[in-house]
Amino acid sequence: MTVTADVMKDAQGSQDAPGTRGTRPIKGARPRGIALHLTLMLGVLVSLFPFYWTVVMSTHTSTEIFQFPPKLLPGSHFDDNLRHLFDSIDFFGSMLNSLIVACSVTFLVLFFDSLAAFVFAKFQFPGRRALFVMMMAIFMVPAQLSAIPQFVIMARIGWIGSLTALVVPAAANAFGIFWMRQYMKSAIHDELMDASRLDGCGFMRQYWHVALPVVRPGLAFLGIFTFMGQWNDYAWPLIALVNPDHVTLQVALSQLNGVHGTTDYGMVMTGALLALIPLLIVFAIGARQMIADLAKGAIR
Amino acid sequence: MATAPTAPVIETPGPAVTGAGAIRPKPRSILGYWRLYLAISPFYLLFLCFGLIPVGFSLYLSFHRWDGLGHMEYAGLSQYRYLLGDAQFWHSISNTLIIWAIATLPMLFIALVAAVMLNSAVRFKSVYRFAYFLPNVTSVVAIAIIFGSIFSTNFGLVNAVLQGLGLDQIAWLNTPWGIKVAIASLMTWQWTGYNAIIFLAGLQTIPGELYEAARVDGAGPVQTFFRVTVPLMRPVILFTLVVSTVTGLQSFSEPQVLLQTTSNTSTFAGGPDNAGQTMVLYFFQQTFDNNDFGYGAAIAWGIFLIVGIFSIINWRLVQRREK
Repeated sequence: MTVTADVMKDAQGSQDAPGTRGTRPIKGARPRGIALHLTLMLGVLVSLFPFYWTVVMSTHTSTEIFQFPPKLLPGSHFDDNLRHLFDSIDFFGSMLNSLIVACSVTFLVLFFDSLAAFVFAKFQFPGRRALFVMMMAIFMVPAQLSAIPQFVIMARIGWIGSLTALVVPAAANAFGIFWMRQYMKSAIHDELMDASRLDGCGFMRQYWHVALPVVRPGLAFLGIFTFMGQWNDYAWPLIALVNPDHVTLQVALSQLNGVHGTTDYGMVMTGALLALIPLLIVFAIGARQMIADLAKGAIR
Repeated sequence: MATAPTAPVIETPGPAVTGAGAIRPKPRSILGYWRLYLAISPFYLLFLCFGLIPVGFSLYLSFHRWDGLGHMEYAGLSQYRYLLGDAQFWHSISNTLIIWAIATLPMLFIALVAAVMLNSAVRFKSVYRFAYFLPNVTSVVAIAIIFGSIFSTNFGLVNAVLQGLGLDQIAWLNTPWGIKVAIASLMTWQWTGYNAIIFLAGLQTIPGELYEAARVDGAGPVQTFFRVTVPLMRPVILFTLVVSTVTGLQSFSEPQVLLQTTSNTSTFAGGPDNAGQTMVLYFFQQTFDNNDFGYGAAIAWGIFLIVGIFSIINWRLVQRREK
């Protein structure tokens, strides 16, 4: 079958039926293919340019940055900017804080969400439907509504200023439970559940030995997604971490921009660059799976 | 263990089966399910402490005057009455809507076109997807700093290009429209790829026969796009529209980081004349800069209402045309 709607021509033609390629008039197909790739490349350029620009700026002194025409190639002052950066903020301290928060939240979310998802996906119990609907409704509540009381409550119990204020409220979430439940419903077969039950597996052993091994790819997605979300989180840490010397990387970066932004841009951009690197590594590892899963979730 | 957990659910579609407790051999008391309840309890406990109680408390708070420390004073509806007449609040609503519109509409359109093109490009598809998705995973703070430098008045790249072309420079982060364009282009840059990936997944579910039929009927690429692709993609477009609305109307980090230094009064002021102050920024300013917790709570409910209304409008718009 040759599917040959104009836009789809090149793709489907070679994908579905390479043999029929010759029967189709080739005239006009090639230039369009090239134009297509050129346009798509333009998009890639726009997507990647700010990263390149960051590299360029982080390797110049601020005097060089203020010159016209602007520098478009990397310079040689990265080490100076790096030194200024480490003098200005406790970069590694705040990065460690970010790592602690992101890792603990990810670990807790993976455990609590998958456990709850397993229950919702594979068991019947009184109130199941009501509890699930309630969870989905919670999904819709915007963060500002709970921000003030959350702040007040945490101030009362002395969590404001500590990383606990970031970790505990984020330890389980509706999105993760919903997403893992969808995944588990199809991934864990009922026969498997029955067999394990007949073998005398209790609930926790079923969860640990039957469910978890099957849904490992789903956990990988949820893990990466949660880690990135926590790593990038800004609004709540900005409010909750009241001690300016004990903050996460994003807040430190924002302080850098706020205090030194107008004077030493090379240094600020170096900070932005360094803050991006861990994220880019995580993304490079999980990108393929993550993109596929995210898309699947959206069109489900 | 003697009390083994319940039998697995026999998954059958439809709500009718929910009442099918009869499938189970013997009904048990609610206590028999304690393991299951325990397993789902962390989320509900957290929700109770950091969701339900706070939301209830913020409703209570919105009827009071409170600076967070002293005595809480009952104020009735006066906070809400003040909110309705608060010019800065309305200003922040219009800022938010303008930024949302000039970011979201081009974003979704470009994303859809990019997805159609990606769908037809066989080679390097995963490279393109990777590159397009990259902006979405990077931190807003870092990106806002980077865009701040691109739109900087003195040394920004945009102004350098304008100067190179012999045009007048624009003080982007100092003029009402410049601020909005800068914020919107940041959002467009960060979210277009994400939406394109989602559109691409949707496109791959459209059967090729439909495109063939359109071609046989003599439809060109543009016609095919608007007559075949867009109608069939309606559910996916709805999804992206709702997500963009809910996140776009609550934007905070982008304008906050971009504009925190351009105003002397508050880091939440959103630039000169509050031209980039979104609703959530105004909420932060009133709450955490002015310590007006009661009024802050009223603003939060106002934002909730507006986001809700716009989500419903989106929903209706796309649903109605589906018939």
